[in-house]
Amino acid sequence: MRIALFITCVNDLLFAQTGQAVVRILERLGHQVDFPAEQTCCGQMHANSGYRDEAIGLAERFVRTFQRYDAVVAPSGSCVAMVRESYPRLIGGAVPPVYELSELLVDVLGVTDLGARFPHRVTYHPTCHGLRMLRLGDRPLRLLRAVRDLELVELPGAEECCGFGGTFALKNADVSAAVLADKCAAVRRTGAEYVTAADNSCLMHIAGGLSRADSATKAIHYAEILAHE
Amino acid sequence: MSNPIAAPRPFPAAAHDKLADRQLRANLHRATHTIRDKRLRVVAELPDWQRLREAGSALKADAMSRLPDLLTQFEAAATGAGATVHWARDAAEACAVVADLVRAAGATEVVKVKSMATQEIGLNEALEAAGIAATETDLAELIVQLAEDTPSHILVPAIHYNRTQIRDLFRTRMAGAPADLTDDPPALAEAARRHLRAKFLSATVGISGANFAVAETGSLVVVESEGNGRMCLTLPQTLISVVGIEKVVPTFRDLEVFLQLLPRSSTGERMNPYTSIWTGVTPGDGPENVHIVLVDNGRTTTLADPVGRQALHCIRCSACLNVCPVYERVGGHAYGSVYPGPIGAILSPQLTGEGFNRTLPYASTLCGACYDACPVRINIPEVLVHLRQTGPHPRAERAGMRAMSWLMSDRRRYAAALRAARRGAAPLRLVARRAAKRRGSVPSEGDQRETVRRLPWPLSAWTASRDAPLPAGPTFREWWEKEHGRS
Repeated sequence: MRIALFITCVNDLLFAQTGQAVVRILERLGHQVDFPAEQTCCGQMHANSGYRDEAIGLAERFVRTFQRYDAVVAPSGSCVAMVRESYPRLIGGAVPPVYELSELLVDVLGVTDLGARFPHRVTYHPTCHGLRMLRLGDRPLRLLRAVRDLELVELPGAEECCGFGGTFALKNADVSAAVLADKCAAVRRTGAEYVTAADNSCLMHIAGGLSRADSATKAIHYAEILAHE
Repeated sequence: MSNPIAAPRPFPAAAHDKLADRQLRANLHRATHTIRDKRLRVVAELPDWQRLREAGSALKADAMSRLPDLLTQFEAAATGAGATVHWARDAAEACAVVADLVRAAGATEVVKVKSMATQEIGLNEALEAAGIAATETDLAELIVQLAEDTPSHILVPAIHYNRTQIRDLFRTRMAGAPADLTDDPPALAEAARRHLRAKFLSATVGISGANFAVAETGSLVVVESEGNGRMCLTLPQTLISVVGIEKVVPTFRDLEVFLQLLPRSSTGERMNPYTSIWTGVTPGDGPENVHIVLVDNGRTTTLADPVGRQALHCIRCSACLNVCPVYERVGGHAYGSVYPGPIGAILSPQLTGEGFNRTLPYASTLCGACYDACPVRINIPEVLVHLRQTGPHPRAERAGMRAMSWLMSDRRRYAAALRAARRGAAPLRLVARRAAKRRGSVPSEGDQRETVRRLPWPLSAWTASRDAPLPAGPTFREWWEKEHGRS
């Protein structure tokens, strides 16, 4: 199967280790991963901030870059939702088959146990786009439950937004911080060492709040947990 | 008079002030979570809930697609049944029509059923200017009126008050309230009931809105919980109903869908206690003079936008408010319109056009909880993003977005920009490391992630309350090129 990795702009610059984890997971399963170097950004930030023309240019570029692949995987629920849900409205036509990592693993490749081991207490935040746009459901949880020595603790009010919202975090910084404070309090109540999710943007937000409060809880993309041996 | 649906200042500034009110946030948290949980419980009881939502959405889309025909059909049917139909282009026209009707009835006092349309047009203030005293008879609206405040929620307008605050208000401002009134909810309700009873019995004019207007029969429908509405709709000789033109539904049978969707979504009840339906005048039974004021007030303009028009499908249940992470923190007043929350953020700016309302579509994280909760499946995030296209876009932001899309439209430019960003962060990493040392925080083994506590504008808005990550090492594409070669 020809699987292409769409790394996303945020991960490319700030979270290379998440992309490396995805490559490791898929190669360990015996798949060849391509990284088309023409890829840049899906245009989500432009589209959601009201810059439609700029977003259209980036969307068309994305389709050109990935149209020859059987499957495109991205370690970001919101970028996958952008391509799958918003591209048809934005540019029409067919969209490459893009999967969030847990969709690819569980639905397409039919695996949940990746042989990982992660001896830590972990809580899972189902990000808004993963929860309400992609309807990832328990896919990431099924993958995490199969990890050896991982203690999964439920996050109170898990389905509530962390307050990130892209440029919302800057344009309405005070409200964003108020929503974040409640999310961080919920994370801390779990006593988890790690908070994990399917999106590094939300995790960056939660981690920023935890770190500011000098909390020892760290944020980690679940791909990195699945790649851990 | 200020426009009740036009924000007097930008949302971020208004929200900033509301966030400082800890009592407000505690009241809002408790109230929204209570209704939210009730709604989830009763919605889960219906196996066909999703299909009901689809039906509600389809019925509204159909009604909006032939609104002019349905409105004239409604007018003919209502007139035929003895009602008088008036048309108002805007708030001022609607208020003038109502004031004239009250004067013609020889009244100086009116009793009111809770109605968003009359809030929207600022009717109480207009009547007061015309020397007519309007009394709100819905308990929460009465609280807001006594406090000389404005509603902060579509369904629960006094959601920002707790019972102690309400007790104090009744004691000082409500005629006839017992001096030893406690904050026990039944005692508060009883005091309000006694106060209102006298008004119901003496009023000769009642004023209402309507949840639905049935084109086929010319009937109006009011859905309520307290029975105050039933009193206002049946006791006075004259009844005046102010109805937004989008409230029209094609047939009586369509109510079957909406009367299931509305109570479960709004109060979390299987069925609301009182549903009043009336068709013109019934001699010997209820009001002898029935007037209906159909109000446009920006709806026709909204209807012309193929994406934005779905805001007109709203049945004012306020489920979207109760699940919204933004509304829960700031409350309704921050939106500066009687339509707050997610639905307000797409409705108010469309109804008014220019002004600070244009900051409202940005008052959302696009988390999608509102879309999931909406009983008529209004895709609120889609409309929010759609409305953001017309701005306002600050000049620096526009320049930044354009520069970024220029960088992102070429592989080499993009790779160079990532490299530059990573290298540019190097001095920040040094600063971060020193600061961490000063704080005495030692990075755990294997954790090479440095965070920074302060960044220059515009990212200072981020670091005001959050630390920011710095690139830990090579970008992903640098790593890939090294490991896998150029692709």
